[in-house]
Amino acid sequence: MNLSRKWLNEFVKVTASDKEFAEAMTLSGSKVEVTVDTGAEITNVVVGKVLTMKRHENSDHMWVCMVDVGEGEPTQIVTGAQNVKEGDLVPVALHKSTLPGGIKIEKGKLRGEVSNGMLCSFKELGLDQRDFPAAFEDGIWILSDDSELDVKVGQDIREAVGLDDHVVEFEITPNRPDCLSVIGLAREAAATFDTELTLHTPVVKGGAEGSLSDLLTVETSDPELCPRYSARMVRNVKIGPSPKWMRERLRAMGVRPINNIVDITNYVMLEYGQPMHAFDYRYVKGGKIIVRRAAEGEELTTLDGNVRKLNADHLVIADKDRAVGLAGIMGGLNSEIVEDTVDVVFESACFDGTCIRKGALSLGMRTEASAKFEKGLDPMNTLPAVDRACELVEMLDAGEVLDGTIDIINFTPSITVLKLEPEKINGLLGTDLDMATMQNILTKVGFGVEGDAVAVPSWRSDVLRMADLAEEVARFYGYNNIPCTLMRGQTTKGGYNPEQQLENRLGTLCRSCGYDEIITYSFISPSYYDKIRWAEDDKRRASFKILNPLGEDTSIMRTTVLPSMLEILTRNYNYRNKNVKLYEIGRIYLAGNGDGLANEAKILSMGAYGDDMDFFALKGHIQALLEDIRADEISYEPCTDNPSYHPGRCANVYAKGECIGVLGQIHPLVARNYGVDGELYCAELSFDKLMSVKGADPEYVPLPKFPSLTRDIAVVCDEAVTVGELEKVIKKASKGLLKDVKLFDIYRGKGIDDGKKSVAFNLVLRADDRSLTGEEADKALSNILTSLADELGAVLRG
Amino acid sequence: MKEQLKNILAQALEVINAATSREELENARVKYLGKKGELTAILRGMGTLSAEERPIVGQLANEVRAELEKAIDDASVKLAEAALEQQLKAEKVDVTIPGKEVSVGHRHPMYIALDEIKEIFIGMGFTVLDGPEIEFAELNFDRLNADEGHPSRDWSDTFYFDKDSKVMLRSQTSPMQVRAMDTMELPIRIVAPGRVYRKDEVDATHSPMFHQVEGMVIDKGVTMADLKGTLNTVVEQLYGKGTKTRFRPHHFPFTEPSCEMDVQCHKCGGVGCPTCKGEGWIELLGAGMIHPRVLEMAGIDTNVYSGWAFGIGLERTAMRRFKIADLRLIFENDVRFLEQF
Repeated sequence: MNLSRKWLNEFVKVTASDKEFAEAMTLSGSKVEVTVDTGAEITNVVVGKVLTMKRHENSDHMWVCMVDVGEGEPTQIVTGAQNVKEGDLVPVALHKSTLPGGIKIEKGKLRGEVSNGMLCSFKELGLDQRDFPAAFEDGIWILSDDSELDVKVGQDIREAVGLDDHVVEFEITPNRPDCLSVIGLAREAAATFDTELTLHTPVVKGGAEGSLSDLLTVETSDPELCPRYSARMVRNVKIGPSPKWMRERLRAMGVRPINNIVDITNYVMLEYGQPMHAFDYRYVKGGKIIVRRAAEGEELTTLDGNVRKLNADHLVIADKDRAVGLAGIMGGLNSEIVEDTVDVVFESACFDGTCIRKGALSLGMRTEASAKFEKGLDPMNTLPAVDRACELVEMLDAGEVLDGTIDIINFTPSITVLKLEPEKINGLLGTDLDMATMQNILTKVGFGVEGDAVAVPSWRSDVLRMADLAEEVARFYGYNNIPCTLMRGQTTKGGYNPEQQLENRLGTLCRSCGYDEIITYSFISPSYYDKIRWAEDDKRRASFKILNPLGEDTSIMRTTVLPSMLEILTRNYNYRNKNVKLYEIGRIYLAGNGDGLANEAKILSMGAYGDDMDFFALKGHIQALLEDIRADEISYEPCTDNPSYHPGRCANVYAKGECIGVLGQIHPLVARNYGVDGELYCAELSFDKLMSVKGADPEYVPLPKFPSLTRDIAVVCDEAVTVGELEKVIKKASKGLLKDVKLFDIYRGKGIDDGKKSVAFNLVLRADDRSLTGEEADKALSNILTSLADELGAVLRG
Repeated sequence: MKEQLKNILAQALEVINAATSREELENARVKYLGKKGELTAILRGMGTLSAEERPIVGQLANEVRAELEKAIDDASVKLAEAALEQQLKAEKVDVTIPGKEVSVGHRHPMYIALDEIKEIFIGMGFTVLDGPEIEFAELNFDRLNADEGHPSRDWSDTFYFDKDSKVMLRSQTSPMQVRAMDTMELPIRIVAPGRVYRKDEVDATHSPMFHQVEGMVIDKGVTMADLKGTLNTVVEQLYGKGTKTRFRPHHFPFTEPSCEMDVQCHKCGGVGCPTCKGEGWIELLGAGMIHPRVLEMAGIDTNVYSGWAFGIGLERTAMRRFKIADLRLIFENDVRFLEQF
């Protein structure tokens, strides 16, 4: 919402500087975004009088003018324009002046003649023909030809032509549609600066020939969508430009002047916040206006020339045959005010906000009017607004107003009366204000206060209860005058729950292994499931589907974190970042328990590539992680059937027999789908499973009292025998003496038959109750070797 | 003989002190103190002395021996020290060579900002809540006093999963207020961080997915003064003691009175600059006293209880905290960006 400070001053005298004004209004609830000085770009441009003109000696079209700019000696200026005469008053951009668009004017020579500046057209001052209809379009602006202008030689051009306004841009919250008007903001300004508000009651003389009721009837067939419809008629209108003062104000508020009748409707909308519409009575067939829902498929060409296809959700203004306007949004081209319009109907109505909003949205045409209606306007405002329009018609001598008003009322006017309870308001705000202070504040903003009864004004339908009154009191007492206190009362135990603690811990562990944390979008494209090679009929493809997505890429909720991780790995890979390790604890969105919501499972997603990465590097990180959270009975089983992973370098991770996730090298075909020709490594671990396998707090185990013995063994076995199997047999055969077993070498090659490998372990043996003897250790060792040979065909390397 | 001893002493000391190696020192020891050494030779000749002279010379000889032994020991220590010094010199490393690399991962800057906020509130007795992102419109809107017809419910603003607009991606963390009211015992002090979704195209300041932290207190006699005092304390912890703030009236459907909290611009100190768009203040968060209708819908007696709530955008907080210019960097996850934090 823009506000001309000149216009505002008509209702309330505020002399504060722009900065002070902005700050005070912002702090009382009308947030100022920016203040624009309408003529700010124009400097050092004055009104000049052309004294003499002579032809330029070296040019057949230029003139050398001597111009009086009010500074004693006339100054010489060269112009190429042909419409200037001696004696004309014109805008003169002097030496070192600026014009809109960052243009700078300096003195110079034009074909040998000194020119101390430039004579300007209105376009060069940032204006257009609509602003000054009398001005000559192609050439210098002859100010003295415009009877509406009263300018003096030497006068600053901004003041001379009304470019000296300051326009304040407000961000108005949706609960305050009343502030989308000059009067609404004037009311706020008066209360903010504690100054008198001078409102004006329109007075209409009327008296035009004819009877309104004979000429026009109005019917509202959907009363709930049109709480009020007020209309008046003007006859014998004289279409022409509106006066300078009106054009100036419209312009300051960002509205283009059109003609007097249309300008009046816009003027009243800005002043009262009540959108108005003017129809050409000729085209309201049958003299009857019907407010109704559009028929399915009904068409209407709106004022902007577009053909709109309508349906029953749209509200139209129609005559007996056809729609002539889109209610609350835009008028119809078929009833537009034109040059030869004779009789005009002014509509000042109140429409249902939601209906207008949805209608405007579905047609993609949010207009100034619809933006106001959608917030719900005050139905008590329609009459003053239509009267104001008629008053302006008379003031501008633009036509003859017919007596009487059509006023259809489809709502029950009622006044909300609230009880003013200072102790409750103080209790909510933490203040100590007395009754009189509160009464005073409420009165200032238009509430009717009598004792403890507060009548809410009709334009404040947002005020319904004590808390709303408290806000009014707080706004004008000053939010920043409310004291600051700390919380009292019963203490509460704050902190993280065990899930959050684990989440924090897992993050710390990932980072200590060198993984950077990432944040990825929760929504993906269905095609990403193809990229990770999930079968067409893979059940995991069943995703929550957004019905109104921004685009395909963000259209379904992911059921796997893998594509998100791969996308980020790929991006880094393409940026040629080396040795990248990433993690995210992110959600996947699985079918829920039937209530309509999802099962939002968290997944610890890890991904990496680089010189230091291979399967065992990743596995090492996961081992460290599982060890830290004291997960027990961990095992890694080869997984050959996960379509996204390398079938020979993928393992499912088990804890206590339950699969908690997967890790491995990404399938080269998947990597290729992402345009990566290197090896990518990923792991996906279920957070819930990690939570359930997380070990309890540790209990101290006494340090060994007796020394341990170490033995190294190397056994030769078939390639097919896994290290895991060998370790399992070693542990089983050691009868409790084995405290640790560590793989330290796998050898293939010279001395070992093809298809075989030599696997070397370091064994630590110890008894808890005595020093182990060498014989005991050797005996245990021989048991182990026997079992290895018997069970796995693994024999001691000779 | 006394003269002889003194001469030997002087001579020997000279040799010992001049020794530059263990060998030279050993040679000197053998020459003077050895079995065939000069001092030994003199002691052997003691028999020729008179009985009176013998003890005197004997004592002198012992003193000379002791002095020489000590001199040899001292010289030996000195030599050892010198040798060690030499060795250490030889072992010198170039300390400017980089240390062995240990790569430690980095917390995402947005989560750093979130952690700071969470820790502050936990210190004040707040519980951290998690909740669903796929949420009922009833909790995201109706129960927060944004009835049917509220513009934010439009399909142009909010993502829906069903034609009836009943299930959606939450557009704010505020439904966690409702979930907390419905499930927790009073008094309640919670913060609820998480992802939220709005139908905004990606640009330097917008993303269809972003993060918020919701905070809420419900207790007997909670006031707007408490809201101000608590949030000021939080801001002082986040931005430093003495940070200036201000509260402006605003509008949210689920709070009344509602406010926005600004911090004074760190760049210009409040006089106005491009960072604060000339206002001198930067908008930080939205807050307010919980709307009585919201409390009533949760079955909370507004005659006894009141509460306040706030919501803060995390990306913006992180961007301000780390002077990140473009929101897209947050979700791009380029390690060259991530590893700056």
